[in-house]
Amino acid sequence: MLGKLSWSDIPIDVPILVGTFAGAAIAGLAVLGLITYYGKWGYLWKEWLTSVDHKRLGVMYIVLALVALFRGFADAIMMRSQLALAYAGNPGYLPPHHYDQIFSAHGTIMIFFMAMAFMTGLMNVIVPLQIGARDVAFPFLNSLSFWMTTISFVLINVSLFIGEFSQCGWLAYPPLSEQQFSPGVGVDYYIWAVQLSGVGTLLTGVNFFTTIVKMRAPGMTFMKMPVFTWTIFCTSVLIMLSFPILTVALGLLGLDRYLGMHFFTNDGGGNQMLYLSVIWGWGHPEVYILVLPAFGAFSEITQTFSRKPLFGYNTMVYATCSIMVLSMVVWLHHFFTMGAGANVNTFFGIMTMIIAIPTGVKIFNWLFTMYKGRVEFHATMYWVIGFMITFTIGGMTGVMLAIPAADFVLHNSLFVIAHFHNVIIGGVYFGYVAAMNFWFPKAFGFKLNEAWGKRAFWLWFVGFYFAFMPLYVLGFEGMTRRMNHYDNPEWYPWLLVAEAGAVMIALGIVCQLTQLYVSIRDRNLAENRDLTGDPWNARTLEWSTSSPPPFYNFAVVPVVHDLDAFAHDKEAGIDTRAAGSNYQPIHMPKNTAAGFFIGMFSLILGFAAIWWIWWLAAVGLIGVIATVIARSSNNDVDYYVPASEVARIENEHTRNLLAAQAAE
Amino acid sequence: MADAHTDHSGASHGSVGSYLTGFVISVLLTVAAFGVVMAHSFSPSGTIAAIAILAAVQIVVHLVFFLHMNTSSEQRWNVMAFVFTVLTVFILIVGTLFIMHDTSINMMSR
Repeated sequence: MLGKLSWSDIPIDVPILVGTFAGAAIAGLAVLGLITYYGKWGYLWKEWLTSVDHKRLGVMYIVLALVALFRGFADAIMMRSQLALAYAGNPGYLPPHHYDQIFSAHGTIMIFFMAMAFMTGLMNVIVPLQIGARDVAFPFLNSLSFWMTTISFVLINVSLFIGEFSQCGWLAYPPLSEQQFSPGVGVDYYIWAVQLSGVGTLLTGVNFFTTIVKMRAPGMTFMKMPVFTWTIFCTSVLIMLSFPILTVALGLLGLDRYLGMHFFTNDGGGNQMLYLSVIWGWGHPEVYILVLPAFGAFSEITQTFSRKPLFGYNTMVYATCSIMVLSMVVWLHHFFTMGAGANVNTFFGIMTMIIAIPTGVKIFNWLFTMYKGRVEFHATMYWVIGFMITFTIGGMTGVMLAIPAADFVLHNSLFVIAHFHNVIIGGVYFGYVAAMNFWFPKAFGFKLNEAWGKRAFWLWFVGFYFAFMPLYVLGFEGMTRRMNHYDNPEWYPWLLVAEAGAVMIALGIVCQLTQLYVSIRDRNLAENRDLTGDPWNARTLEWSTSSPPPFYNFAVVPVVHDLDAFAHDKEAGIDTRAAGSNYQPIHMPKNTAAGFFIGMFSLILGFAAIWWIWWLAAVGLIGVIATVIARSSNNDVDYYVPASEVARIENEHTRNLLAAQAAE
Repeated sequence: MADAHTDHSGASHGSVGSYLTGFVISVLLTVAAFGVVMAHSFSPSGTIAAIAILAAVQIVVHLVFFLHMNTSSEQRWNVMAFVFTVLTVFILIVGTLFIMHDTSINMMSR
């Protein structure tokens, strides 16, 4: 009846997990209680959970990403604390079985649910506004993508309290991840969570590719498209090309585990080395899927706060596109030591080094944008400059690792850990936080507090160097990754420094939460409100509409005359909003709960399949199919906003605008 | 309103006849693939080659009959996306063969 599930799978003998469960349960009940107390369930359901509005979905994605950041960072600081303790005979406080789950969960959560969700949230909020569209091409699929990502994150967190998580690292290499060596449900949790979220990511890729190709405002040719939109375009292409590879790799692993097949087993004709090649065929483009949007955000922010157009727009576009293509031909550098010959290693080593060229072009473009610009040292700009320094170091250690001979020394050591945190924190995370600071007023109508933003930056920036520079040294000293305890006295001081860095980063996260709290508390102060919709004197179309934008984004679809359309209109004295014109009825999608229900049925399917509760899995699958059929046969999916309603909303915005100008 | 969702410009939809044709050809190709394996009529490497060819033909059948790929000018984006996909699939397959062939020589894994 319950498959493999029994009472012994509930880890009541692990105090850390019981404490976490109690904390999560109390926090969860408090949130639910507050929603009930204020009677907000109807509002939450109608305006958010069933919403197909890209801006609301974007905000929900970013909230999900911040929750995932909290979970992923809790894992990180637990690992650092273990290694600061577990020295010379002291076993530390995390037994290997638990420690291995923590590093696997840390990687999986940070990539799939922190970084991917943050990126998807940013593209949801920004891209349709930036190209002058009223929503994405497939609003319902957008809602479905969000729910698939969310329920996958729920599934990963369920593994904390029911059963266990994978102990095979974030990519679950066979043969360790095969049934023979991992007979528990941990790897199954991993497979189902990543597969279900992969559905959401793939649909997001399709959705945004179509949106950018088909829904740009009139006049916006490809070479007049803002750089952030270009990077999302390339990221969408990479998502569409690479996520199916991940699905196949994990699908084959799943067949091995569930049906006793032999794709990657030790015996029966399996070849585990093929898994590495296939999964990194996804894994390397994935890195660029994450970092390209950050590059786009840096471009927008640098030009805005340097008060001049981006230096070398064309080269920026070409660099982005060449990174997109090159990222597909470098995957072997993740396993130089697997045993391919010198010719294979040389080819992939050289291709990897070539990627540094377009990336270097971008760095110089940002530097030249700042050169002789009137750089405003806003908190957002701190993250950008911190990124340029940190990412350059990470890029150079990446080129070091691209030398196969050097990689044979450094492979699987902490040097590799230091390198990819150097580029993922310094590149991806700094970029997303900068983007969040930059576009926050657009989404909510008030600015984020700058003082707390700068404090958060300094703690993250300095904390990063304390946490990860020692790891480079430890890599050279021969410390391998994923180690539970050690005896080498030379490593101990470096690991203490790294622990101090992790504590600083923890304080940085506290500052970011404080920044959110303080900004929300002071949202009605005159200096924080964004009445004009253009708080930074920015250059692209999203700033031409009000903050927050009306649900239809643009009352009149803007006409684009030049690159940086809004900057051109401001200089030429054109009213991009076309305020007071003869408004037309606007065609909009209706909200739907279908995405929510498909997500919930998928959660049931995933959970049941993990525990081999086949009748329940059938219920989940039938539920998914039935909801899809019901949704597909529903023709009542859209409506028209009457012109009078549009005029009312626009006039209100105009009044705000005039009041703001009068106050100045 | 219902029309707005079934009448997109640029995407030609097939008739029942074309869907049925595609379906029958797909079934035949699938049966043929099973037949080749079950009959043991070729050598092992010959069997693998035969399945691979049947799979490639199957892909083309799906693209033409179910995804309505053709060379009309409205389909420019579809064709571009398709060409880029073919390029990527080519890179991945040839790259994987390149890697795994070299590895199996060095590691005697085959």
